[in-house]
Amino acid sequence: MKVSITVNDTKQEIDVEPRTLLVHFLRDQLQLTGTNVGCDTSSCGACTVHLDGEAVKSCTLLAVQADGGTVTTIEGLSKDGVMHPMQQAFMENHGLQCGYCTPGMVMASIGLLNENPNPTEEEVRLGLEGNLCRCTGYHNIVKSVLAAAQAK
Amino acid sequence: MIPAAFDYKRASSAAEAISLVGQYGDEAKFLAGGHSLLPLMKLRLAQPAMLIDIGRIKDLSYIKDDGDFIAIGALTRHMDVEKSALVLKEVPLLAHAAGQVGDAQVRHRGTIGGSLAHADSASDLPATTLALGATYVAQGPNGERLIAAADFYKGFLESTLQPDEMLTEIRVPKMNGAKWGFEKFNRRAQDWAIVGVAAWRSKDASGVALVNMGSTPILATSVSEALKSGASVADASEQAATEAEPQDDLNASSEYRVHLAKVLVRRALEKASA
Repeated sequence: MKVSITVNDTKQEIDVEPRTLLVHFLRDQLQLTGTNVGCDTSSCGACTVHLDGEAVKSCTLLAVQADGGTVTTIEGLSKDGVMHPMQQAFMENHGLQCGYCTPGMVMASIGLLNENPNPTEEEVRLGLEGNLCRCTGYHNIVKSVLAAAQAK
Repeated sequence: MIPAAFDYKRASSAAEAISLVGQYGDEAKFLAGGHSLLPLMKLRLAQPAMLIDIGRIKDLSYIKDDGDFIAIGALTRHMDVEKSALVLKEVPLLAHAAGQVGDAQVRHRGTIGGSLAHADSASDLPATTLALGATYVAQGPNGERLIAAADFYKGFLESTLQPDEMLTEIRVPKMNGAKWGFEKFNRRAQDWAIVGVAAWRSKDASGVALVNMGSTPILATSVSEALKSGASVADASEQAATEAEPQDDLNASSEYRVHLAKVLVRRALEKASA
């Protein structure tokens, strides 16, 4: 089935099998490999992207469900070589260790601030409950999100 | 993990969805948000030959004041229930419970009708709507029928919903200021409850339901009866598991679940009595 999905400002019209998951559509068909597959069971959040402006887990979404929608991945955040403020905050606050969860963390964190621009530390921790960091680097991740909220 | 191959159709109305499921019969499954069904399909625990996507039926996503109850369209997402001013005002227990489902990403996609139709006793909303005495509206080839939440759950992932019916609306009685408590005990923030409790209490009535204390959500009627006959919260909570048949699993033994249910019912009722 042909789907039409705008990914990082570019319209993609591609034939997919109905069973194609959005994350495989992004990684395998568009070669946007910044979005990672972690647990593959909608627990860890490594595959988080934005669909129509909201954070979603792309391992638990069919590409056909995103048909007609707008997707932003980690590759779509920087503009003209300038990092998104959230990426900058993660860099400055050492909000990553191995980096595997980072694309999902950044996308979920941007989604969090879209819905709650000035969260408390507790709200950040709760708001990121759907993203797991196996390095347990949560402290600096939370610091990064709070710094990005401040910088706004 | 990739689901087994299936055919895919989109329905633009409830009537079209029911007509499609009539054509394909037992081989077909409805796809709403997909956050219960797709994980099962990826694990190949479910292999429907046909998915009927009802997720684009916009007129089944709404929250309305309908007099004595709040009417919620089956395709309303958890996030919309959680944040609805109307639900927060009239059925605050449901708004809170909707905000406890999964995590933000899951709540952006998962729907109330999907969660109830999936009939997982470990999910938060089946027990919560049961405690609140909700009624579900099911539409089938012969029209609509009303199913009380208390008559809906039959067994593990099994409900009285027929294969050719779909849930279209959830009717939740207004709480009229009744106080409430919701307790969810789990290990990781976004996990299912090992045991959960949804409870409300007014001057002369109460409703208490248990999450993950058997193959269906459990209405703890003995607790409500004890409260009605004047028992203290602490004494009534001792009846928490009377109706339950809790299972052993990796997370907890049946005995531990009974203990948890008593403690959590007491905590929920203390909040509902404060």
